[in-house]
Order: sequence, then C-alpha cells, then structure tokens
Amino acid sequence: MNSQALITMVLTNLVVAGFTAYFFWKVLKTPLDKPENDDIDFPHGG
Amino acid sequence: MANKENWGSRVGLVLAMAGNAVGLGNFLRFPVQAVQNGGGTFIIPYLVCFLLMGIPLLFVEWSMGRFGGKYGDHSTPFILSNMAPKKQFLWKYVGVFGIFTNLAVAAYYCYLESWTLSYTWHSIAGSFQGQTAEGIANFFNNYVLNPGTEAYAFWILCLVLNTYILSRGLSGGVEKVAKIGMPLLIFFGIFLAYKGLTVEAGVDGAIFSSSEGLNFLWSPTPGSSIWDPKIWVAAAGQIFFTLSVGMGSIQCYASYMRQRDDVALNAMSAGWMNEFVEVCLGAAIVIPISVGYFGIDWVIENTKNGGLGLGFRTLPYLFQQWGPVIALISGVFWFGLLFFAGITSSLAMGTPCMGFLQDEFKMSREKSAWTFGAAVFILGLPTVLFFKYGVFDEYDYWAGTISLVVFALLEIILFAWIFGMEKGWKEITAYADIKVPVVFKFIIKWVTPTLLLLVFIGAFFKPEGNDWNAVMQGRWVLDDGSVINTMLNNGLHKKIAATTDAAQLEELNKQLTYINLSRLLLVAMFATVAAMVYIAYRKRVKEGRWS
Repeated sequence: MNSQALITMVLTNLVVAGFTAYFFWKVLKTPLDKPENDDIDFPHGG
Repeated sequence: MANKENWGSRVGLVLAMAGNAVGLGNFLRFPVQAVQNGGGTFIIPYLVCFLLMGIPLLFVEWSMGRFGGKYGDHSTPFILSNMAPKKQFLWKYVGVFGIFTNLAVAAYYCYLESWTLSYTWHSIAGSFQGQTAEGIANFFNNYVLNPGTEAYAFWILCLVLNTYILSRGLSGGVEKVAKIGMPLLIFFGIFLAYKGLTVEAGVDGAIFSSSEGLNFLWSPTPGSSIWDPKIWVAAAGQIFFTLSVGMGSIQCYASYMRQRDDVALNAMSAGWMNEFVEVCLGAAIVIPISVGYFGIDWVIENTKNGGLGLGFRTLPYLFQQWGPVIALISGVFWFGLLFFAGITSSLAMGTPCMGFLQDEFKMSREKSAWTFGAAVFILGLPTVLFFKYGVFDEYDYWAGTISLVVFALLEIILFAWIFGMEKGWKEITAYADIKVPVVFKFIIKWVTPTLLLLVFIGAFFKPEGNDWNAVMQGRWVLDDGSVINTMLNNGLHKKIAATTDAAQLEELNKQLTYINLSRLLLVAMFATVAAMVYIAYRKRVKEGRWS
C-alpha cells in the first residue's frame, strides 16, 4: 500500500472512529437529570 | 386513542436513529461513489459535506421532531404546519412528502431487504458451494428477473416481520431490534473488514492483494481534482442519502422524545455512528475483496451501474475461495449485516405512516402497523412482478431520490427562514448536552440550503457525462439521467429509435408502458396521502384542534 493512501486511510478512520466513540461515550455517560418543566414554548405559527 | 408512545432509553433512541441512517448504501453505494469520483480525492469533499450539510440537517430534523412532539404531532404534515404562520396553509402539503416517501420507499426497499434474508439462508444452506462465478451471477439474475415462489415467500416473510415489529411499538419493537441489530452489524462488519484488509496475492486464489484496492480508494486518482464540481455534487449527494435526511423518519422518531431530552448530542452520536459504518467498515469490504480477485479495471467497469452486483453476484462467489467454513461465516455475516442495515431502516419508514394514522385517525398501534404493512404489500407488488421492466428503479428514482432532495430543501427553508433561525437555534440548543458551535447558526441559514440547491441542480440538470467542467465553459447539454430527460424518457426513446429487432422493440415498448404506469401509481399515492392530510385538517378544525 502506498504511503499516501495509508496516511489518508489511517487519518480518516481515526478521525471518524474517534468522533463516533467520543459522542457515543458521552451519550452513555450523560445522565438525564433535566428539570421537568418545559421552559421553551413557542406559539403555533412560527 | 391518544398516541402515547415513548422511547425506552436514550441508547435505544440513538441506535434506532443510527440504524435508520445505516442502510445498504453504506456498504454498496459509498465505496462505488468513491471509486467513480477520484478515489482519495472524494474523501475531503465528502467529510466537508458531512460537516456543512449532514450535521446541520440532522440538527434541524431532530429539533423539528421534538418540536412536533410537544404538540402531539408525529408526522411531518402537521409538524411543518405548526412551524409556519397559519395563513401559509400549503406547508402541511409539503409535509405529505414525509409520509409518501416512506411509504413508496418501503414498498421497494422491503423487497431488496428480502433478498438479503434469502441470501443469508442460502449461505447457511451452502447453496453457493462449488458454484462458478457465472452460476452465482445467474442465480441472482434469475432471482430478481424471474421471481419464483422463494422470492415471494421471503418478501412476504420480510413484510410480516417488519409489520409485527412495528406493531410491538417503539420501545417493545423498534428499539429492541436496534439494540440487537446495530451491535451485530458492527461486529459482522469488523470481521468482514478484517478479511477485506488481509486479502493477499497468491493466497486463496487471490490475484492481487487488497492493498491494490485500498490504494485506489484512498489515494487521489491521477487526473482527478478536488476542485472538480462533479466530485462535490457526488459527495454532497452521498452525504445526503446516507443519513436518511429528507424522509420525515428522523422527525417522527424525534417526536417521541421527551421535551427536555437533548437533540444536539443525540444527533451527533447517531450521525457519526453512520459515518463509522460507512467510512471505516463500508470502504474496507466490497472494493478491497473484489479488487483482490478481479483487479481494479474490472471493478471500475462493473460498478458503473452501482454496487448491487458486487454485493449479490460477486461476493458470494469470492467467499467460496476462503474454504467452506469461512465461506459460510462470511456469507452469513455479509448478508446478515445487509439485512440488519435494511430492517433498521425499513422500520423507520413505517413509523411516520403509523404516527399519522394514530394521531389523525385514532387508530391503535397494531391496526396502524397492519394497515401500513398492507399498503406496502399492495404498492410493492408491482416492483416485484415487473422488476425487469424497471418499476423498482422508478420507485427508487422518484421516491427514494428526487422526493428527498425536494423535501429537504423545502424543510430547511421553513426552519431557517420562516420559523426563523433565532427560534430554530433555541430549539436545537435547548437541553443540549453538548455546546453546539454558534457557527452552525450561519451554516444552517446559508451554507446548507446552498449545498442542497447544488444537489437539487445536480440532479435536475445533470450535464451529459456528468461533466460539470463543460458546464463551467458554457456547454450545458442535459444527460439522459437528468431529471428533465428522465421525465421525458429520452434515454428509452433513443433506445427504441435505434432498435431494429422486433422482439427487443416489443420489450422496450413494454418497459415504457410499465415505467409510465408506475409513475402514475406514485402520483396517485402522493395524491391519496395529500387527500388524507386534507381530511385530517378538516377533522382538526371540526374538533377545535386547529387554533
């Protein structure tokens, strides 16, 4: 495999796998402790 | 009967959303697009489009869905309608796309999904053992061109399975499938990617090593340029279709979230998971393995019409070269992976239709699921019976390609320009578990609509040979694959004019008839959904639910 292809492949895979793992880990770790009241409320009609 | 469904867990929601995005295209379309668009040159425009179009559209659709859920709406007609001023009454009919597309795509997609189920069975039964490459290719051709009892049986099985899972609800059906299917899909993909990356010349009959294919995929093709508009149009198109945006299914899934749930982190997680499957796994299977046995020129030639042929005709033969045990495992993993990719997407197509029937016509979950199943059966029957006349491809083109782009363009105009970016931004960032970079406010308002317009123009006015450089120089001759020429059947008319053989002429004329009839059917389908939206609107007015 030529070095240009190898570098592109490894870098792209690392970036994509890294972001995937990071965001999924954050999903798993972030507790759902939001307040019950919904304070954003927009009227119908934009 | 109020629609009180909810997601059982956050992980379940993220996996279901990722499963919605991950489809057969991740493994069969992405690598082929890369091969045809400059190899390594493709990856930078692809990732840029993901950041500038994919992620913003995910933010928009997730937050639109949660917004709709607040008012008890679980399908796009009334989600869109609620975001626009009341006098702009047409938005609910724009939302028809969000039901029509799912119904029409499910109609042919379930058939495609049933092929993967059938091929998984054949891999277990060892049907491909000892067969020649030609024998396996013929098996596929026969299967789809002359569908027999087996093809119908697997299709019905697939439909019943989808409908049953949908009837079990979100947490009891869809979420359970996503929690089992997505980890299995990734495990199968990692195994196959390992096999793909380790093909060696001279071992197990391989002529080349997989590094030949990887070199082609990951280094720029000589003569290709990152500034070639064709590559950007292809990259934007790939990002658009891989994320399942513009369908209305993301809005539907998100509408079942609680109002204080985050959308920003969930959207990022599901979106990146799709990218992992596509870039890290999808690029490491079909192309490296096929190049190892047939060489790059053969692969380029045989992917001109897409990746389905490699997936169903070529790989089952190549797996046989690895010995009976590995062939069995690889076959089951490959078609099992495609099956899970397919079913997690087709389930997402069912929920907007069910949500609409439950919200507006007070149907029970079970009844709405079986109504959807019956509709998919009736509308899908022509794609099975008349596959060889191009009905399947017509559905895919108009419902699975063009409708998506039109709907996404209109919805982002609504979100950023009519609902307003200030309120839109508040919707995206409310209860967010990550800090969303403020630059996305600008991107959503200006850059994403521009890119979508680019995809739109790219499809409608595709120049001959997809040569955008010629367009830059003022020569814009429409390709037969452009929307305009497709609508006029120009390519087919040319074939008919050039044919002298009577039997072939008869077949082509038949094809023209079936294509026009399938378009009529799709228009009728759209009109029926629009009429149902109108009835639902009148019901709302009558019941005082329209204020």
